[in-house]
Amino acid sequence: MLQVTKTISQASLWRQVRLIKGVVIRHVTMATDRPVETSIRQKLTKTFEPVHLDVINESSMHNVPRGSETHFKVVVISERFDKESLIKRHRLVNDTLKEELEGPVHALSIQAKTPAQWSQNASVSKSPPCLGGMAHEQAQKNQGR
Amino acid sequence: MSSLITKLLVRPRTYRFLLQQRFYAANAGSRENIEKLVQSDKVVVFMKGVPTQPMCGFSNAVVQILRMHGVDSYSSHNVLEDEDLRQGIKEYSEWPTIPQIFFNGEFIGGCDIMLQMHQNGDLVEELEKLGIRSALLDAPQEETKS
Repeated sequence: MLQVTKTISQASLWRQVRLIKGVVIRHVTMATDRPVETSIRQKLTKTFEPVHLDVINESSMHNVPRGSETHFKVVVISERFDKESLIKRHRLVNDTLKEELEGPVHALSIQAKTPAQWSQNASVSKSPPCLGGMAHEQAQKNQGR
Repeated sequence: MSSLITKLLVRPRTYRFLLQQRFYAANAGSRENIEKLVQSDKVVVFMKGVPTQPMCGFSNAVVQILRMHGVDSYSSHNVLEDEDLRQGIKEYSEWPTIPQIFFNGEFIGGCDIMLQMHQNGDLVEELEKLGIRSALLDAPQEETKS
C-alpha cells in the first residue's frame, strides 16, 4: 500500500488522477460486477463466522450466458456446524441464502465442515459436469411452457 | 389468446380431455400427491431427466451412486416434465434444489449429501436399514476404499 501511494504521489497530477481512478473503479466494479457472489459471501460470513470460506461461481460449467451467477459451490468451515448432521448443516446454509435461492441461484453445491474435519481432510469434491439441463429448460421456456 | 382460440376450435370432448389433463397436472404438485409419491417406494428420487438419460450433472451423480450400490429398481420422477411437481417437491421438503432423494418416505438430501454418505460409508448402512444390501459389500476389498 505504501509503495502504491509513493508511486502515485511521485507521478504528475493528471497521471495521479488516472491511477487513483483506475484503482477505485477496479475495486468498485469487482463487487458490483458480481452482486450475487458478494451477497452470498457477506451472508455466509455474517451467519457462520467461518475460519475458511470459498464462494465459487460455477455457472461457466453450465449452459448459461457468460457472466451468469446461477450455479455456485460454497465451502464453509465453521464451528457452527459442530454436532450437526449433514442435512442440518445444509439446511442452515440454504436458510441463510434463501433469498438468492428463490432468486437467481439455480444450483448450490455445499461443503460444510467443522475446522477439525477440515484439518483432517481439506479436499473439496469436484462438481459433476453439466448434462445440458439448462439448455433443455431454456428451450422449454422459449416454447412458452 | 391463441390458446383460447385453439380451445374454441377443438371438439368439446377433446377440450374436456385437455381440461382434465391440466387439472391433473395442477394436482401433481400438491402435498397429498407428493406424499403418495414419496411413500410409494423404498427409494424415491426427484431428478432432472430419467435414470437412463439424466439431464443434469447432479442428478446423474445420484443415479450413478445408486447404480454403484446395486440399487437399480427405484422410483424416479422427472421434474422437467412438470413444473407443478418441481415447485411442489421443493415446498414439500423445504429444500431448494433438485435432485432430492427419499428413503422410506424420509427426505435424505441432495447430490452433495448422497456423495458424502457414499464416501464415508453411511449410505451402505442406510440402504441396509431399507433391507437393501449394497453391491459394494460384495465387491473386492480394494474397490470399497474411497
